[in-house]
Amino acid sequence: MKALTEMNPRLRAWLGFGLGALVLFAAAPALLSDFRLSLLAKYLCFAIVAVGIGLAWGRGGLLTLGQGVFFGLGGYAMAMHLKLADAGPGNMPDFMELYGQLDELPAWWAPFANPAFALAATVLLPMLVAFGLGTLVFRRRVRGAYFAILSQALAAAMVILLIGQQGTTGGTNGLTDIDGFFGYDLDDPVNQRMVYFIIAAVLLGLLALTRQLMRSRYGELLVAVRDSEERVRFLGYNPANVKLVAYVVAAGMAGLAGALFVPAVGIISPALIGIVPSIEFVIGVAVGGRAALLGPVLGAVAVAWAKTALSERFPGTWTYLQGAMFVLVVAFLPGGLASLWGMVRRRRETPPAPAPVTGDQALIKEVAV
Amino acid sequence: MTAGGLSIRGLRVVFDGFVAVDGVDLDVAPGDIRFLIGPNGAGKTTLVDAVTGLVKASGSVRFGETELLGRDVHRIARLGVGRTFQTAALFEELTVLQNLDIAAGAGRGPWTMLRTRRAVPDDVAFALEAIGLAGRRDTLAGTLAHGQKQWLEIGMLLVQNARLLLLDEPVAGMSHEEREATGELLGKIAADRTVVVIEHDMDFLRRFARTVTVLHAGKVLSEGTVAQVQADPKVQEVYLGHAAAESEAVEA
Ligand SMILES: Nc1ncnc2c1ncn2[C@@H]1O[C@H](COP(=O)(O)OP(=O)(O)OP(=O)(O)O)[C@@H](O)[C@H]1O
Ligand SMILES: [Mg+2]
Repeated sequence: MKALTEMNPRLRAWLGFGLGALVLFAAAPALLSDFRLSLLAKYLCFAIVAVGIGLAWGRGGLLTLGQGVFFGLGGYAMAMHLKLADAGPGNMPDFMELYGQLDELPAWWAPFANPAFALAATVLLPMLVAFGLGTLVFRRRVRGAYFAILSQALAAAMVILLIGQQGTTGGTNGLTDIDGFFGYDLDDPVNQRMVYFIIAAVLLGLLALTRQLMRSRYGELLVAVRDSEERVRFLGYNPANVKLVAYVVAAGMAGLAGALFVPAVGIISPALIGIVPSIEFVIGVAVGGRAALLGPVLGAVAVAWAKTALSERFPGTWTYLQGAMFVLVVAFLPGGLASLWGMVRRRRETPPAPAPVTGDQALIKEVAV
Repeated sequence: MTAGGLSIRGLRVVFDGFVAVDGVDLDVAPGDIRFLIGPNGAGKTTLVDAVTGLVKASGSVRFGETELLGRDVHRIARLGVGRTFQTAALFEELTVLQNLDIAAGAGRGPWTMLRTRRAVPDDVAFALEAIGLAGRRDTLAGTLAHGQKQWLEIGMLLVQNARLLLLDEPVAGMSHEEREATGELLGKIAADRTVVVIEHDMDFLRRFARTVTVLHAGKVLSEGTVAQVQADPKVQEVYLGHAAAESEAVEA
C-alpha cells in the first residue's frame, strides 16, 4: 500500500484506469446477470452526473442542487430523437398520435429528428442553459444557499413545465417505450450490453478529462476560488469566469448522463429529473467524498445500489435511510468515504515532524529582489 | 511598465451615514515607502479598500495616469495594484508553490490554464528565494508559521507583478528578527515600485519608513518625514501618546 502511495502519479493513474477498465469491461459483464448489468448501466449514468458535481461542488464549492435540470435536458433531447426514429420519417411519436391533439409535429421537435443535432443537443443544450444561468448568478455574486435554492427552483420549474405541456412532452409519463437506439433494437440483450459498454467507456473518458482538469492550473485556481474568492479577485482574476467553467462542464456531463440513461432504462420522465433526484445526485457525491476524483463515482453507485437493494426489501424506509446517511456523512465524515482511505494511510505513517516556528529569515536578507 | 505614483484627491467613503474616510488627499511618489498610521478606526484599511475597489468611494484615485475608482477589483489588480490583508488571506489548502503560481497567472491564456504546471516559472522561483520559502514550497500554506504566511503574501504580490503595493499591517505578530527581515525586503521591493504600509509598530516605522501620513477620524492629520511627523504636536496628542500607552499595556 505504501508503495502505491509513493508511486509516480502518472503511473498510478494508468494503473487506476486499467483497473477500472478491467472491472467495468471484464469483471462486471462476466459476473452480473443481464438484469444486474442493466442496473449497473443506470448507476453509471448517475456516476457520470456525480463526476461533474465532484468538480463543481467538491473543487469549486458550487452546491449544484439542480443537476436534474441538465440531466433532463440531455435525456429529453435523446428521447425525442429516439421517439422520432421509432416512429419513422414523417410520423409523429406514438403518444402524440394517442392524445390526438396535434395535427403535425411541433416545430421545436423537428430538428431532433436529425441524429447529429440531437446528439450535440444532449450536451450543448445543458451547457448553454448553465452558461446563461451561471453568468447571471456568478456575476451578481449570488452564492451559497441562494445558488442552491435557485438551482432547486429551476428543477421544480422544469418539472412543472414538462407536466403542463402533456401533448408535446408526454407530461407526467414522460417519454416511454423507447425501442431503438440508432438502428439497434434495445430489447435485444446484446444491444443492452453494448449500451452498457458505451456508458462505461464514457464514464472512464470523463474521469480522465476531469482528472486533467483537477490537476491543471485551472484546477488549482478553482480550489483557490472555493476557499477564498475575494483573494482571487485581488490577484486579477474574475472568479465568476472560473466558477462558470466548472458549472458548465458539470452541466454538460449531467446532460450526457441523461442522454445515456434513456437507452439504458428506456424512459425519461419528470420524476427522474425534479427536486428529489437532484438532491439524490448530491447525496451520492457527499457520501463518496466530493473533493476526490473517484469519491463521487463510488458514492453515486453505492447509494443507487443501496436504494435498489433496500427498497426491494424494505419499501418505504429508503427516504429516511438516505436522509440519515447524508446527515451522518456531513456531520462525521465531511470528506466522505474517500477520506477514510487517507485516514488509514495517515495512521500508518509516523506523524510528520512539527513545522519549525521561525522561517529562514536569514535568506531574505541575502537575496536581492 | 514603469512604476506610477499614487495620487488620491478628495477620497470619501461613507458606510450607512458614517463617514469612514473624509476627504483624503494623498500623494505617494514612485519608489517611496509611505507609512500610513493612525489610531484604530482611523480609516486606514478603508482607504486601501477604496483604492483596490473593495468599497465604493467618491473622489479620485489615480495610479500613474489611470483613474481607479469605479473599476472592478480584478481590473484594478490587473493594472498593477496589489494588496495584503490585516489577517493573512492565503489559499490554505494549496501549497506555497501553488499559491505563488496562481498569483503569477492572471494573464495566462485558456490553453496554459488547462495544462498541468510542468516546471516552476522563473518569477515564482525568484520569489520563493526572496521570501525565504524555497525549502517549503510543497508545504500547505495553511500550515506555515505566522510570519511565513505574511511573507508568502508579499511573495504573491511580487509575482503578481504589482507596481503599487498596499500592505495592511504586514509585521503584526512577528518576532523582532522577522520584522527586520521584512523591513529589508520592503526596502528592496521599493526600488522599482511604490509601497504603502499600514502599521502600528513605531519601531518598525522609524526603521523603515521614508515618509509618513497620519490619519485620524478619516482625515489626514499630518504628513512628512518620520522626524517631522513625530515632532507634530497634533500627532503626539492623538496618536503617538495613544500608541505608546498601548504598547506599554501590551508589554506589561
Ligand atoms: N464595512 C463596514 N461597514 C461599516 N463600517 C465600517 C466598515 N468597515 C469599516 N467600518 C468603520 O470604518 C471605520 C474605519 O475602519 P478601518 O477598518 O478603516 O480602520 P483602521 O484605521 O484600519 O483601524 P485598525 O487600526 O483597527 O485596523 C471604523 O469605525 C469602522 O468601524
Ligand atoms: Mg485596519
